[in-house]
Amino acid sequence: MAESDTIPKMSARGVNVFYGEKQAIQDVSIDVDLDNVTAFIGPSGCGKSTFLRTLNRMNDTVASARVEGKITLDGEDIYGANMDVVQLRARVGMVFQKPNPFPKTIYENVAYGPRIHGLASGKADLDQIVEKSLRRAGLWDEVKDRLNDSGTALSGGQQQRLCIARAIAVDPEVILMDEPCSALDPIATAKIEELILELRGNYAIVIVTHNMQQAARVSQRTAFFHLGRMVEQGPTTEIFTNPREERTKDYITGRYG
Amino acid sequence: MTGLMIVLIILALGAIGWIVARARATRLQIEVGRLATNSRPTQHGWYVALWTTLPALAFLAVWANVMPGLVHGTVMATPAARSLPADDFSRNAVLAEAQAIASGAQAGAFNPQSLTLVDSFRAATSRYSAIGAILAAILAFAGGAYAFSRVRPAFTARSRVERVVMWTLLGASLIAIITTAGIVASLLLESLRFFSMVNPLDFLFGLKWSPQSAALGYGNENAFGAVPLFWGTVFIGAIIAMIVAIPLGLMSAIYLTQYARPETRKWMKPILEVLAGVPTVVYGYFAALTVAPALRSFASTVGIPGASSESALAAGLVMGVMIIPFVSSMADDSIAAVPQAMRDGSLAMGATTSETIRKVLIPAALPGVVGGVLLAVSRAIGETMIVVMAAGLAANLTLNPFASVTTVTTQMVQLLTGDQEFDSAKTLAAFALGLVLFVVTLLLNIVALRVVKKYREAYE
Repeated sequence: MAESDTIPKMSARGVNVFYGEKQAIQDVSIDVDLDNVTAFIGPSGCGKSTFLRTLNRMNDTVASARVEGKITLDGEDIYGANMDVVQLRARVGMVFQKPNPFPKTIYENVAYGPRIHGLASGKADLDQIVEKSLRRAGLWDEVKDRLNDSGTALSGGQQQRLCIARAIAVDPEVILMDEPCSALDPIATAKIEELILELRGNYAIVIVTHNMQQAARVSQRTAFFHLGRMVEQGPTTEIFTNPREERTKDYITGRYG
Repeated sequence: MTGLMIVLIILALGAIGWIVARARATRLQIEVGRLATNSRPTQHGWYVALWTTLPALAFLAVWANVMPGLVHGTVMATPAARSLPADDFSRNAVLAEAQAIASGAQAGAFNPQSLTLVDSFRAATSRYSAIGAILAAILAFAGGAYAFSRVRPAFTARSRVERVVMWTLLGASLIAIITTAGIVASLLLESLRFFSMVNPLDFLFGLKWSPQSAALGYGNENAFGAVPLFWGTVFIGAIIAMIVAIPLGLMSAIYLTQYARPETRKWMKPILEVLAGVPTVVYGYFAALTVAPALRSFASTVGIPGASSESALAAGLVMGVMIIPFVSSMADDSIAAVPQAMRDGSLAMGATTSETIRKVLIPAALPGVVGGVLLAVSRAIGETMIVVMAAGLAANLTLNPFASVTTVTTQMVQLLTGDQEFDSAKTLAAFALGLVLFVVTLLLNIVALRVVKKYREAYE
């Protein structure tokens, strides 16, 4: 993949993350571009989720967390003084491991972001944003007749797609997904994966997963994390068929992890 | 003194039983092997000790209640008793005096006749005490021997002792429930007596409260209309106090859970909770001596009519402050119970902290907060000292917060303090008020607990 041709959507250089005294991420550099789905794989506790959360500064909510290095979005330092964290998160959306719809109606869940950011000019406009987001998330047909039901009453897979619709509704540029399928059954997982493939190209997508088949199915680029370091990254096919590093190979062939 | 002795003797027997049974069980265990025995030696010890002490102590308890009757009967059968006065009142006075002298509680006699009975009282008492002590000792011995005879390797002492423990604990928890039932029953009975004198509808919906006029013989009609009291209670406890407590409590909970740094929270939260432990009489003192006069001079400066040195506002404000920790800690709990995932979800959408609080945390925590507020209201309307000291006694039906009003609890205190005859409508009215208060707070608590419980289930 010709990453040198285009400016990457997001790029990280020499990132260290500390929780108090403990270093969780050591010297990670990586680029995320718009056309590809990027997967972070690695054993539990390797730091891949921690690193993902630095990309929209969700680590700010942890009082003891400290981030060093440089992370840019369209060339702009996201930890810089000029960056408003609220705007950053509107541009870099996030989907969590466990579906976390708000205890509100389906409609209100999706309308939440547009309302906060004042994206809709009226009721009709908001309706349209909600419908478009739900359609994109592949949930519209299932919920169009019960938009006023509680979001928490949906099944796990539907809840997760609702959360994706919620993230899409503010029209972000990047969507971060933190093991979005780990709490779902295989059928719901398949739907989410299908959705990720459909969303590709519209948004830069970064997905953390410890399901290697999933990484192989949905991503075009893969980065392998181990013990807080990024061991190697490259096109997904290459990482899975011909890894350069011994540790990557061991992990992919199931020797540990 | 003898009673205490016999109890100690029984306990000593129990201890001996424990040691002996344990020693025997230990020996048995060595003989047959550890795996062939059902229970451990200590458990056999406890089994014997329980059998030694419990039946004997239970017998003593029963005996202590039966003995006075037996003593009385014996004394009445003596020749000296025949010359006692015929009417119950003077006869019982003499008997009571004789008994007091016999037990040493009283030195001399007012009525010389009682002296003739002292000796027979003394004799009967010591005889029956001795009988009781001997029977208890026999029972302790028999129980212990029976239990000891059952110490065998296969005997299930473990589960039997466990069952006794279970029944003991059950008994302990039943005491609170039975006491409550007793309170309700006495409230109901006295209230029924009241309602046989005063029409319940007049009581519940009447607008005039003047129990003194009833006591002075002007009749019970139109004297016991409790609406001014209910209004005063609601005005102070559910309106003024809550206007103070809900916003302040909620805001302090939000600050503590969302904004405060851990170090700040560490000293601030305990201080708030300590406030909840300040005796209410101290708040009452503050309300009556500091807040009420200040409000009164404020009202007269501004020119509000009807300002009184005891006012609904003074009592309500101070009560509100008293309730703050209560609301705050309930709100704190329910906000903290909203999963971190909700907060993260909102923040990740680009919401600010205050947007997240307003649009996600508060709505999600609302049922818990409402439950907490209902509990706070139920506490506030049952609160007594502050309103007694600061609200006043005049049963005014007024909307003016600077005027003096009275509450259900204040009137109950008024009706029941001092020398009272317990069969006038005036005194019995206190029980009817108590019943109303009990029913209302009970309902509030039930509703509040249901709301809180339903809410907890949503996140589990």
